[in-house]
Amino acid sequence: MVLPNFLIFLVFIIIPFFYGTIISFADWKGIGKINFIGLGNYFELFSDSGFWDSLLRTTKFALCSLPFIIILPLFFAVMLTKNLKGKYIFRTIFYWPSMISYIVVGIAFRFIFGDSTGVINYLLQLFGLPKFSVMTNTTGAFWILILANLWFSTGSTMVIFMSGITNISPTYYEAAEVDGATSRQQFFKITLPLLKPTLFLVLILSLIGLFKAYGMVMQLTSGGPGDATKFVVQNIYDTAFKRFRLGYASAQSLVTTLILAILTILQFKANKGGEVNDK
Amino acid sequence: MTNKIKKRKKVSVFAYLVLIAFSVLFLFPITWLILSSFKGYIELFKYPPTLLPESFSPVNYIDAFEKGNWLRYFGNTTIVTVFSTILCVSISVMGGYAFAKYKFKGDNFLFLVFISTLMLPLEVLMIPIFLVIKKVGFYDSLLGLIIPPAATPFGIFLVRQYYLSVPSEYMDSARIDGASEFRIFRSIMLPAGKSVMSCLAIFSALWRWNDYLWPLLVIRNTDKYTVQIALSNFSGQYNVDWQTILAMSVVTMVPMLIVFLIFQKQIINGMSMAGLKE
Repeated sequence: MVLPNFLIFLVFIIIPFFYGTIISFADWKGIGKINFIGLGNYFELFSDSGFWDSLLRTTKFALCSLPFIIILPLFFAVMLTKNLKGKYIFRTIFYWPSMISYIVVGIAFRFIFGDSTGVINYLLQLFGLPKFSVMTNTTGAFWILILANLWFSTGSTMVIFMSGITNISPTYYEAAEVDGATSRQQFFKITLPLLKPTLFLVLILSLIGLFKAYGMVMQLTSGGPGDATKFVVQNIYDTAFKRFRLGYASAQSLVTTLILAILTILQFKANKGGEVNDK
Repeated sequence: MTNKIKKRKKVSVFAYLVLIAFSVLFLFPITWLILSSFKGYIELFKYPPTLLPESFSPVNYIDAFEKGNWLRYFGNTTIVTVFSTILCVSISVMGGYAFAKYKFKGDNFLFLVFISTLMLPLEVLMIPIFLVIKKVGFYDSLLGLIIPPAATPFGIFLVRQYYLSVPSEYMDSARIDGASEFRIFRSIMLPAGKSVMSCLAIFSALWRWNDYLWPLLVIRNTDKYTVQIALSNFSGQYNVDWQTILAMSVVTMVPMLIVFLIFQKQIINGMSMAGLKE
């Protein structure tokens, strides 16, 4: 019964994984002979500033995004699991952007932040603030991407936090209430420590989500201005399908996967360490 | 005590204001997109911009469908969404059920293989996937958008977790009554799995409808474009036909909005189970 699923899975995920590993040791244009060059691609990768720059940019993008895409959904989740009137309406409003495709998210933000079409720049000028453009301003493009990512990722993260919070036994809060703890104390002494496993899950999922950012970035900035927002997936795509260096692109893929795996494992370790300290 | 209650009230008024402010910010991009899609060419680039369209005219929508091949793109997307979802639900139910209820050789190992790829972003695997798709003959064919993405580890995981919570005693008593394993699956377990199946169907439909990466890898010919790839390719870096792009963006959102409003509960519950946006 597992067979149909496994077959498709084998052909389109597992075989590509090993296939990619094999051609990462070759110099290959996608057609013609596969010319194995041993570790050549990896040596080249080591001194390829284009690749490392894109990785660095992605890391910067991830690190600048992380605080926002965790704190804002956490705040919403805490608020909306309380006995608050209209919480279902709020929940719908914050969740709904998660249902929109990366492409339309990109289109929407490009439209409102655009130079000639952008309502945001009009509003900024109205208040005497400087313009904030996707096309010409490096910092602007970078932060608009962070904003767009925050906008659509908040809903799903919020929902994960909400299910984590509702799983916390209400007896803790009742006891705290009796002892006269303020809601701030309750949050820092009860909610946050007990939410640790959820927080950890969110951290991993968010980090992976940020590292694979592609569709939205392409739509919003196309990696520009210049190469300012050219992230690692775009770099891999360009190497493979614009410069037709499939072996080299595969080596880049593999290194990126490895870095992601190491990050996930490190977070696992850090999380375990945290649990031990609590005891 | 009264002092405390007062203080709490104050906090909640403040919280309300913050939540309302954020709601406005969260609603703004799409509201603006929808309003703008009803503006004519001149009004679209008018300075200062208008909030409400001068005349709510559907001309952008009509023009887009007349000028472009959008009916076709929507048709392709619908075909892919429907068939891939049917396939995804069928194979995930079979697989997840087997993992939950039967012991077989290597089951734990196999399950681990599935689950470990949950964390593996497809984006970084796209080159070898592209090469395999070419080899299998799915290149530039809608089959390449229907079959490969149907085997999602999320589906297997979701269904397995669900069937673990369905007691196996039902199966035992049915076996004593002489029912075959297939019959047990068909008449007991399949009906019992309705809720998880609908949850998975919603997610699969959402992912396929919004998908960008698979069409980007598989499709070359414009006749086979899905809506997302058409939107993306027809709004290049410069010279964007905003009237068409805005109108068609709104049209792609409508089915998902309807699905969301009907199945909000299932979507949010399912999301909290796995927390994935593909």
